[in-house]
Amino acid sequence: MIGLSCRLLVHVAVVLLAPPLLLGVIGKTKAFLTGRIGPPILQPYYDLWKLWHKGAVYSRTTSWLFRAGPMVALAAFLVAALLIPLGSQPAPLSFFGDVILWAYLFGLARFATVLAAMDTGSSFEGMGASREVTFSSLAEPALFLGLAVVARQTQSLSLSQMLGPALAHAWAVSAPALGLVAASLFIVLLAENARIPVDDPATHLELTMIHEVMVLDHGGPDLGLILYGSALKLFVLGMLLVQLFLPGMPWVGLLVLCLLIGAVESLMARLRLVHVPRLLMAACALAAMGLLLVWS
Amino acid sequence: MMRATDLVLVLAMLLNFLVLGSSRLSAGIRAVALQGASLSLLPLLLHDGGAPTIHLMALGLGMLGLKGMLFPWLLFRAIREASMRREMQPLIGFTASLVAGILAAAVAFRVSTRLPLPSAPVSSFLIPTALTTILVSFIVLVSRTKALTQVLGYLMLENGIFLFGLVFAREMPLLIELGILLDLFVGVFVMGIVVFHIHREFDHIDTVHLTTLKG
Repeated sequence: MIGLSCRLLVHVAVVLLAPPLLLGVIGKTKAFLTGRIGPPILQPYYDLWKLWHKGAVYSRTTSWLFRAGPMVALAAFLVAALLIPLGSQPAPLSFFGDVILWAYLFGLARFATVLAAMDTGSSFEGMGASREVTFSSLAEPALFLGLAVVARQTQSLSLSQMLGPALAHAWAVSAPALGLVAASLFIVLLAENARIPVDDPATHLELTMIHEVMVLDHGGPDLGLILYGSALKLFVLGMLLVQLFLPGMPWVGLLVLCLLIGAVESLMARLRLVHVPRLLMAACALAAMGLLLVWS
Repeated sequence: MMRATDLVLVLAMLLNFLVLGSSRLSAGIRAVALQGASLSLLPLLLHDGGAPTIHLMALGLGMLGLKGMLFPWLLFRAIREASMRREMQPLIGFTASLVAGILAAAVAFRVSTRLPLPSAPVSSFLIPTALTTILVSFIVLVSRTKALTQVLGYLMLENGIFLFGLVFAREMPLLIELGILLDLFVGVFVMGIVVFHIHREFDHIDTVHLTTLKG
């Protein structure tokens, strides 16, 4: 019992403390590749500290939906983080079919964010919300097709078992299919986290942006919650991808993933908005191919 | 060895989707060339035991040279000389094409399990990849109406037929394969010239307009 609560404590502490570090590593990678020194790796923590010590300003046209948005989203991400195993330890919360809850927690968070964005009544934010919903509806099939491949090969519907010892056997049997799934999930990760081929996390005032435009009216502690939530989302989705691809060494994998995202962000330009659905369809095609390979 | 074969087949399968999803003509040409080049490895990978015979080497090298180097060079030259638009301009959108491609792959996998074959294929991906390539080449032929994209579809069709022929590799004499390669070479060569002449006569190479009379 003590061992269990100890594990739970460690899991929660890691989940609470680690995510902003990922943003710092990505920022440092981008700075390195573009020949700058860049902000320190701990900069996201300073940003969060600063934001959480500010006062909040709310527009008079907004209702409780606007204030609930960031909190619901962060809560959803936190629950999702409890469902994902870290390394060899199984997740503190795990039951049959938790992968479906896990995937739809992201949907819930998106729903809350979109409602908050529309609550402001700003056409700008409504546009961002519509784009976000469109693209995520294309990214979700890719995520589910990919998870279906893993679920089939490991014969389980629980994340702790899907990413557990059964995965090594799955890699030995069907490496091509899992490789395709990993590529597909990487595209989904970039799209879901508003990373560069799809969206630019650094711009706040550009018409082509998707996710950032939805949070324009949030400020102070709310913006801090959103920033922290997006780091947590990156952490949770990245954990899934990393444990799928490099079973056994999640932390090295996470570092490699951050370097990879930083490299992609430095080397690629953002896609034109009309080309984003094609990229996401390609992710779906990759995952569907993986599913066909394991089914045949 | 089996693993390498599977990887080549999966690569060929993915290149089908790349052709369907790419908007640039040059990307399509490169994808088809890479597909042909990767398939040229298969005769060497599939033959069982011992040093590869001179015939197999000739076949592999011939395919690599023709499909991987000569054809793309001819097609790029055709693009340059006809100074055509470098976009695909498909009749069916890219997203719809990709969905159609996924459906084609699903059909191919479904059909491949119930196809009566004289002998078991060397890899379980072989028949699905062959059928998918053939079906996707049909999609390309139907939905991309430029003369040059027709050539691309034709090349993909040949890739698919070649893959299908590998099922009967023991029964297929080398001469037939070399004959097919020669036919293909002449075909692409003639098409390259035809594309150029269509362009000179009509100022465009859209095959949709070929049915309307000029004069």
